[in-house]
Amino acid sequence: MDLSASLNLALPELILAISVLGIVVYGALRGNKSAFTVNALSGAALIAAAFAAAFGSHGSGFSGSFISDGVAVYAKVFIYIVAVAIIVLSKGYFDRLNQTKFEFPILILLATLGMSMMVSAGDLIALYVGLELQSLSAYILAAFRRDDPKGSEAGLKYFVLGSLASGLLLYGASLIYGFTGSMNFEAIAEALKVNTEVGVIFGLVFLISGLAFKISAAPFHMWTPDVYEGAPTPVVAFFAGVPKFAALVLFARVLTDTFADLYSQWSQVILLLATLSFLVGALGGLMQKDIKRLLAYSSIANMGYALLALAAGTGYGVQALLLFMVLYTIDTTGLFSAQMALSRKGVPLTRIDQLAGLSKVSMPITIAITLLCLSVLGMPPFSGFWAKVFVFGAAIEAGHWVFAAIGLVASVVAAFYYLRIIKLMWFDGGAEEIDAAPAATKWILYASAAFAFPLSAFALIWLYPLAENAIKSFGLN
Amino acid sequence: MSVLAIAFYLLATVTVFSGAMVILSKNPVHSVLFLILAFFNAAGLFVLMGAEFLAMLLVVVYVGAVAVLFLFVVMMLDVDFVKLRKGFASYLPIGGVVGTFLLVELVLIVNAVATRGAAAGKGPKVYGPEMSNIEDIGRVLYTDYVYLFQAAGLVLLVSMIGAIVLTLQHRTHVKRQDIHEQTTRRRKDAVKIVSVKSGEGIQIPEDINK
Repeated sequence: MDLSASLNLALPELILAISVLGIVVYGALRGNKSAFTVNALSGAALIAAAFAAAFGSHGSGFSGSFISDGVAVYAKVFIYIVAVAIIVLSKGYFDRLNQTKFEFPILILLATLGMSMMVSAGDLIALYVGLELQSLSAYILAAFRRDDPKGSEAGLKYFVLGSLASGLLLYGASLIYGFTGSMNFEAIAEALKVNTEVGVIFGLVFLISGLAFKISAAPFHMWTPDVYEGAPTPVVAFFAGVPKFAALVLFARVLTDTFADLYSQWSQVILLLATLSFLVGALGGLMQKDIKRLLAYSSIANMGYALLALAAGTGYGVQALLLFMVLYTIDTTGLFSAQMALSRKGVPLTRIDQLAGLSKVSMPITIAITLLCLSVLGMPPFSGFWAKVFVFGAAIEAGHWVFAAIGLVASVVAAFYYLRIIKLMWFDGGAEEIDAAPAATKWILYASAAFAFPLSAFALIWLYPLAENAIKSFGLN
Repeated sequence: MSVLAIAFYLLATVTVFSGAMVILSKNPVHSVLFLILAFFNAAGLFVLMGAEFLAMLLVVVYVGAVAVLFLFVVMMLDVDFVKLRKGFASYLPIGGVVGTFLLVELVLIVNAVATRGAAAGKGPKVYGPEMSNIEDIGRVLYTDYVYLFQAAGLVLLVSMIGAIVLTLQHRTHVKRQDIHEQTTRRRKDAVKIVSVKSGEGIQIPEDINK
């Protein structure tokens, strides 16, 4: 395939990369005054990229390094849309703190570009470079409020542990390259058909560990609560959703497509990670007092469910993963925008007990948070319920019903902390006034709550066949 | 024994020795110096393999930039290495487990390389024997790997933006030299002649320092 055809395939990435370069120059010349224009331009670039991805051609280019297929396109369009929402959320957040900087949307764009490269990765180097582009932007975003000691701590912690994970991943990648003789996923799959050596399995385990760190699956989750607590909230809303989606798509591509022949080896590792994750997430969340820390544990638990779907190793498993991540990301973005919407006398509400009596002062926000909480805990007929139905369905279909049962128990335990939030808001405390929330933040909160119920039911009619179509490129049964 | 073999054993021995000394020497500055020695010898090994361009890169990038940076960090920061070593015994079990795993893997790799060569027996792509290393690398870098090359460029862009975002401060109260303002200053901007009545003095205007 020649270069122009490859460039055509990578049109969404090209749009993002070129607009980043243009916007950086514009922002550097105009300074922080240009923050609004930079936000608008970044949003426009993301929307343009989403259209380019949705209507672009499929295939593989750049000598196999870049793959554009159903799963990649599905993930990309969703990632771009969420990134636009994050830019909108960040505007309200930083304006309120009076810390608007034009670099923020640029870093979001670069991180999104990294994710986009991750979901399209066709070989081990593209996997690593995409992951690193996304992670480096994420480290900077975590430390974005550099005058805030907790923010700096979060950034440093994330950076040091993230580098360690990258090191593990690289080590694994080099082992896989050494034992199979190729970087390319297709060629690796070919080589594995001939013979499998124990070194490849070692490499695969290291690769899984590195990726598991990025999606904060237990036992690689230690950084999550601290980073979520310290980093600016729009950044955390970003971390909790789409980078994990991108990493999981990468997981799916590497495991179910490339290493399909080693299914019996990696499925055990993934099941272990999944079980630990939902147990740690459910039990760890019980003691939390900080809203963002609680959501961190919730995200660890949900990564467990996503991995459970992946462990099935079937087409239905990957489809469940794609649907689960979309529904989960919308819920979690909604919950974080709720946290951003709430502040009292200029101080953001961070502790769970500060939510007491919220229903007496702001009914719409209370209803929205209630809907989202019910959805995340998996109450029918909210979107979170359908997400879990797909995941457990895939796990049971693959014969992992013991793990599905443990997951069900964990989700019952986790239901406690969501129900506690609902109880606090509706039945406890006195009426204490809260500040007016930024309009855009509120609308994103309402939109995601409306999606949790009832819009998700209609959206699924359309999303389900979309995900079903997307996974066809993986060649699974 | 040929000259090549002698050179190989010499370089390899010094590399391994200096690698061991990096972690064994008590003085951190000595560690960095041994690291530089290890880099030099590894560059020599590259030359023996016919990869002279990589050898040059190793010397220029690692010795010239990375190791010197290390040396700066070690000398500038007051790191108490005695204190750092204190927790050694308590970390020994977990470190031992990790080390054992790495050792097992190394044995696996050495075994595999010994039986059929590196990279599963598939050697590096060579375009032609008449081409130099630089031509070879340039050819694949800007054709087969152009996507990854550009992506790596974006990673560098992120690190640049990050360094600026996290460290640049616009201080408002700093007085900076403004040459344009200095050279366009005229006598009337700075000097004012007033006739002073005897015994009264003059009132100094508030903005005299401007």
